[in-house]
Amino acid sequence: MSKKQLTPPLSDADVENLQIGDQVFITGTIYTARDAAHKRLVELLEEGKELPIDVKGQVIYYVGPTPAMPGQIIGSAGPTTSYRMDPYSPRLLAEGLKCMIGKGTRSKEVKDAIKEQKGVYLAAVGGAAALIAKSIKKAEIVAYPDLGAEAIRKLEVQDFPAIVVNDCHGGDLYEEGVRKYKK
Amino acid sequence: MRSINYDKIVMEMAKLCRDANYFLGDDVKNAYDRALAEEESPTGKEIIEQIKENTEIARTEEVPMCQDTGVAVVFLEMGQDVTVEGGGLYDAINEGVAEGYTSGYLRKSMVEHPFRRKNTGDNTPAIIHTKVVSGDKLKITVAPKGAGSENMSSINMMAPAAGEEGAKEFIIDAVRKAGPNPCPPIVVGVGIGGNFEKAALLAKESLLRPVGQPSKDEEIAKMEHEILDKIKRLGIGPQGLGGTSTALAVHIEVYPCHIASLPVAVNINCHATRHKSIVL
Ligand code: SF4
Repeated sequence: MSKKQLTPPLSDADVENLQIGDQVFITGTIYTARDAAHKRLVELLEEGKELPIDVKGQVIYYVGPTPAMPGQIIGSAGPTTSYRMDPYSPRLLAEGLKCMIGKGTRSKEVKDAIKEQKGVYLAAVGGAAALIAKSIKKAEIVAYPDLGAEAIRKLEVQDFPAIVVNDCHGGDLYEEGVRKYKK
Repeated sequence: MRSINYDKIVMEMAKLCRDANYFLGDDVKNAYDRALAEEESPTGKEIIEQIKENTEIARTEEVPMCQDTGVAVVFLEMGQDVTVEGGGLYDAINEGVAEGYTSGYLRKSMVEHPFRRKNTGDNTPAIIHTKVVSGDKLKITVAPKGAGSENMSSINMMAPAAGEEGAKEFIIDAVRKAGPNPCPPIVVGVGIGGNFEKAALLAKESLLRPVGQPSKDEEIAKMEHEILDKIKRLGIGPQGLGGTSTALAVHIEVYPCHIASLPVAVNINCHATRHKSIVL
């Protein structure tokens, strides 16, 4: 377990450098999207249309924050359960998406795509929503405002904390971590 | 007959919703400290530190500790010598929930129909459980419940022959299957006995106990302890990333049941085990 800094957009080399259990701190631009936005993105790709955001080398964070209070940049913003995005993630990884942040296990298809396309899946601490919000310095809706809390937002983050769970070498911390501490 | 004003209930209910989401109880915080001291995995320790820091930020800045501010589950203990003046009790509760979730900038997560799924916009209706008790007081408890942990609940109508061992196995298995999804370290609520719906309600009610307070029934307290120990050995750990603090506590409530049944219900709560009460 080592501590690493990440600054998107990410290259193959950035991703290859990450190992399961690494603690990473992201600084720069990341995007938010949940199921509804994922569905729309993948539908556009199927129709051969252009996406509202360029996903190449980018990071998508699965989050549906609480409403921002007056003076707040964003409300509490912890990760949501990732498996709901599983049907869509391989398509986005094929499009050049590099990194996904959420909580919970991923499907075999997503893990395979992470290996093949050189991507990475990170877990943020579920429920650490107020802490994570502190690392978000700017938030702006860039697509699908009609989706409300589920709209695609562009976030500027500083030292956003996460843990490498599925690396591009085939490692899975959910499996290996549990194996290690099982008695 | 004592009477309580409708508006007073609305106001108190709104405050309970906000407070439950901003201020974590000391019982849960103490349980975090115990988990931190025991945790063997460095990643696990780091996660518990982050959870603790999160709780502090939520408290000092008065913001929701988790973005899933949940369904408003409300428990009422209504004295039989008290009435509500100026409107219906359930209307007051729902109005308070709407007011609390709106003024408190809490996320509204209720949809009006399980298939049509249109958001109701104010997190109502609440799910309300009422008990009539003696006296002239009204006790209101709110326990906001997120979907991540609620979705990992299960119930099993077991054969009596399965006995204590069968029940234990079922409970541990529910935790194993839940894995990282309910945001461990979790609190495991268990209801044993009664019937189908009673067991589920007992499991939920057990989560209202201060975290880690053992059952008053000595045998059941022993069972809670044994199950907790076995859960720690599953290796799931904080956030399911491996470790020893998978659960903070196991709470079991029991009730008499039919000669031919042994209902066992498991209701898992995440580390954000939120509940706040007031007596009016
Ligand atoms: S399970 Fe609990 S801590 Fe995790 S996201 Fe849901 S409400 Fe928050």
